[in-house]
Amino acid sequence: MQLAVWTYEGPPHVGAMRVATAMRGVHYLLHAPQGDTYADLLFTMIERRNVRPPVTYTTFQARDLGKDTASLFQNAARDAVERFKPQALLVGASCTAELIQDDPAGLANNMGLPCPVIPLELPSYQRKENWGAAETFYQIVRHLADTSVRPAPREGRRPRVNLLGPAALGFRHRDDVIEVRRILDLLGIDVHLVAPQDASPEDIRTIGAADFNIVLYPEIGDEAARWLDKTFAQPAIRTVPIGVGATRAFISEVAALAGVDPAPALNDGASRMPWWSRSVDSTYLTGKRVFVFGDATHAVAAARIAHEELGFTVCGIGCYNREFARDIRAAAKEYGLEPLITDDHLTVEEAIAAAAPELVLGTQMERHIAKRLGVPCAVISSPVHVQDFPARFSPQMGFEGANVIFDTWVHPLVMGLEEHLLTMFRDDFEFSDAAGPSHLHGSAPAHSKPEPVLAPAGDILIKEEAAPVAASDGSAGWTDDAERELRKIPFFVRGKAKRNTEKYANEMGLAAITLDTLYEAKAHYAR
Amino acid sequence: MSPAQALAAAETSRDGGLEILRERGQREVFCGLTGIVWLHRKMQDAFFLVVGSRTCAHLLQSAAGVMIFAEPRFATAIIEERDLAGMADCHAELDRVVDRLLARRPEIRTLFLVGSCPSEVIKLDLSNAAQRLGSKHVRSEGREGVRILAYSGSGIETTFTEGEDACLTTLVPEMPAEAPGAPLSLVMVGTLPDIVEDQFLRLFAELGIAHVGVLPARRSGGLPPIGPNTRYILAQPFLGETARALEDRGAVRIDAPFPFGAEGTAAWLTAAAAAFRIDEMHVNRVIAPGRERAKRALERYAPTLKGKRISFMPDSQLEIPLARFLANELGMIPVEVGTPYLHRAHLAADLARLPEGTRISEGQDVERQLDRVRADRPDLTVCGLGLANPLEAEGLATKWSIELVFSPVHGFDQAGDLAELFARPLRRRDVLRI
Repeated sequence: MQLAVWTYEGPPHVGAMRVATAMRGVHYLLHAPQGDTYADLLFTMIERRNVRPPVTYTTFQARDLGKDTASLFQNAARDAVERFKPQALLVGASCTAELIQDDPAGLANNMGLPCPVIPLELPSYQRKENWGAAETFYQIVRHLADTSVRPAPREGRRPRVNLLGPAALGFRHRDDVIEVRRILDLLGIDVHLVAPQDASPEDIRTIGAADFNIVLYPEIGDEAARWLDKTFAQPAIRTVPIGVGATRAFISEVAALAGVDPAPALNDGASRMPWWSRSVDSTYLTGKRVFVFGDATHAVAAARIAHEELGFTVCGIGCYNREFARDIRAAAKEYGLEPLITDDHLTVEEAIAAAAPELVLGTQMERHIAKRLGVPCAVISSPVHVQDFPARFSPQMGFEGANVIFDTWVHPLVMGLEEHLLTMFRDDFEFSDAAGPSHLHGSAPAHSKPEPVLAPAGDILIKEEAAPVAASDGSAGWTDDAERELRKIPFFVRGKAKRNTEKYANEMGLAAITLDTLYEAKAHYAR
Repeated sequence: MSPAQALAAAETSRDGGLEILRERGQREVFCGLTGIVWLHRKMQDAFFLVVGSRTCAHLLQSAAGVMIFAEPRFATAIIEERDLAGMADCHAELDRVVDRLLARRPEIRTLFLVGSCPSEVIKLDLSNAAQRLGSKHVRSEGREGVRILAYSGSGIETTFTEGEDACLTTLVPEMPAEAPGAPLSLVMVGTLPDIVEDQFLRLFAELGIAHVGVLPARRSGGLPPIGPNTRYILAQPFLGETARALEDRGAVRIDAPFPFGAEGTAAWLTAAAAAFRIDEMHVNRVIAPGRERAKRALERYAPTLKGKRISFMPDSQLEIPLARFLANELGMIPVEVGTPYLHRAHLAADLARLPEGTRISEGQDVERQLDRVRADRPDLTVCGLGLANPLEAEGLATKWSIELVFSPVHGFDQAGDLAELFARPLRRRDVLRI
């Protein structure tokens, strides 16, 4: 048993729902007890969908268990097919129905339904949401793809590609697809189909007509892409175009595979992020410590952008989906870090607190953790919240995605000029530390218990009457004058100054940290 | 399908002048685990540990809407493959999880082990586990001890608010016995927001009812005594099993409509006072100011709501008393009032006050019910979060039912707020020019 307060991923049948809901013309019959219908609200509320997910639940109750849950399932199948007239019916069980072993696949197959039936075996006690989505998409492709469909001869037509992976409830999937389509359009490449998003079973039947595949979200699309490669010899592009560098690499790889000129897409004038990052105001971003956590694909991309394109220092990296842990391990090695592979948010919280970052790039879970620690945060990955479905166009992929990422990540940090003003006016009576930073409006941390120790970097709520400051590890204590001096240091570097001074005092074996120690440490670390 | 056809397709019966439609099919309702979301806020030294699957954990965080990140007093012990395959002993695993939890949260005085669909199906005996763990964490020298109880909030056993019913039922045997010859006392039953509970307690005191307790109590040590001299009054309409357990211990129910609006609240307080033989003149004097305030507050909403047609999808069992309130006090016309379960005895007073011809449905076949909503085209449909946006997109105004469970809506001083919840979606449609 695993003790969980919050979870990063839902059960695998929720992954299947994300695929079914993204598509057109399919229906999902889920053998599930009353109550499992809560999952509908993820789509209608969080994503603001204006139709119900195409899911029928058998909603059996205790009184049905003694009798015939199998016929309940068959009646539900008959009613659903008659009412919704799907082109394909997905059938499966949620965690409870898995235990009663009614065999939804066998039951549905024996009914002679007027549409293809795709059975889903999603082991709820082993697997999670992303795996469920990938497996469902793979089963749909495997069952529905017509293996006799092949690309038309290449002469006299534009190259043709499938975009695989975008699903319902995905982090910015809607806008990423628009941006990637724009890139392909500039390259003169046609999109044969996008799937699962907006694809119908009939579309899937013709999936073999494309020259190659682009896997936008490996967590959902890679399994199907591997089968397509094996079955149709359709190669796949696996470079995920998040960040300027990755977008350039993506364009070059796609252009090479399609045999077209990459220049029209590479020279896109809308790519502003490189100049925004080089402009002088961004100098203050140099070396900012960021902690990255999310699904593996988004976390790896975010770390690369942070490191190469914004000049941050990556001080922690991890993912919650073990299936893709290898990617995170490779990235962590590059940054000289221990990878954090866990779906226990308390462990993530501990790791973030220990790393003392100045910015957290994470999911909605890390947003809450960061809020508690008083550290700014930007969301880079699922799990998502209603805020992650903005009305405006805000992709993560492509050059426009990089523009969006620059704005979203830099916004929670104090602006460069603002930093100078803060220093200049910090003794102004209207501009005290206690007022809290303007950019963290309303989210200044409220400490539940008194914390005599200075809080991590970025946290400016210093209690003026706090007891003499003890060093974090308890070895050397701060004298009053040193502590007063420490408070004069602007909050955004204070945490770092404190850490360095204590480390220095520790190394020197000093019993107390005096005014001199503070400046000796400063000189020491300046070298 | 026309409404008449849809009606014919289901089993109907006449029940004391009321038309009751009983349906079985897909039920679009939460399971009883959802009650934890408000129960854990109410009982401040209690912790709710669901023994279930990843789905249970996912439900709780989705139903909680915005994650309440102040480390909530609930969690899920997620059953994994190795527990099912017998590679790990479920009870040993549970002991380990509970020990770790109680070590981390020493302020916890009551721990509820909450059964789920999977734990019920694999027949994991949580009552047994509660006993075993309870004797391990019993009060001892230098340690305060933890009361460990078990109930089922599973979807196969409970529908939404029935989870609270199951939880309170387990608390009844924990209530101390009243002293022999104890004076007549009152217990108010059902979770109410603290502010509403305090309003009612003040009113009971003004009425002159000296001994008043509340179930559930805010702290574990605060359970009121119970016995034959106890009268209890339900503040919520979904507490059938709790009521039965209270009666098994000798308590007697005070029959009343539920305390919504000016009239509902007045009748509820009057019924309580009558059970304590309090002088009618005095009762009227005590409740008059609140009743007048509530009436004035409701007057503001009558122009928006009067004559508007309303349908309820089954959700919390609050539907019947709310329809009573909207019809009697605001002039709305209930078209269909759906409820997951109809407790005839507890709702008798509210049922009797519903307008003749109101269609009442018990149970659910969500597709058929939506057909009826589309055919009826009510001005407002009260429904769950999964259905609200899709119905809005079809041009039907909706009110999320979950807000009626989470918000302070009982009593005189919330009557206006309750009316506002129904008026706001309609007003919004009038103000929007987009």
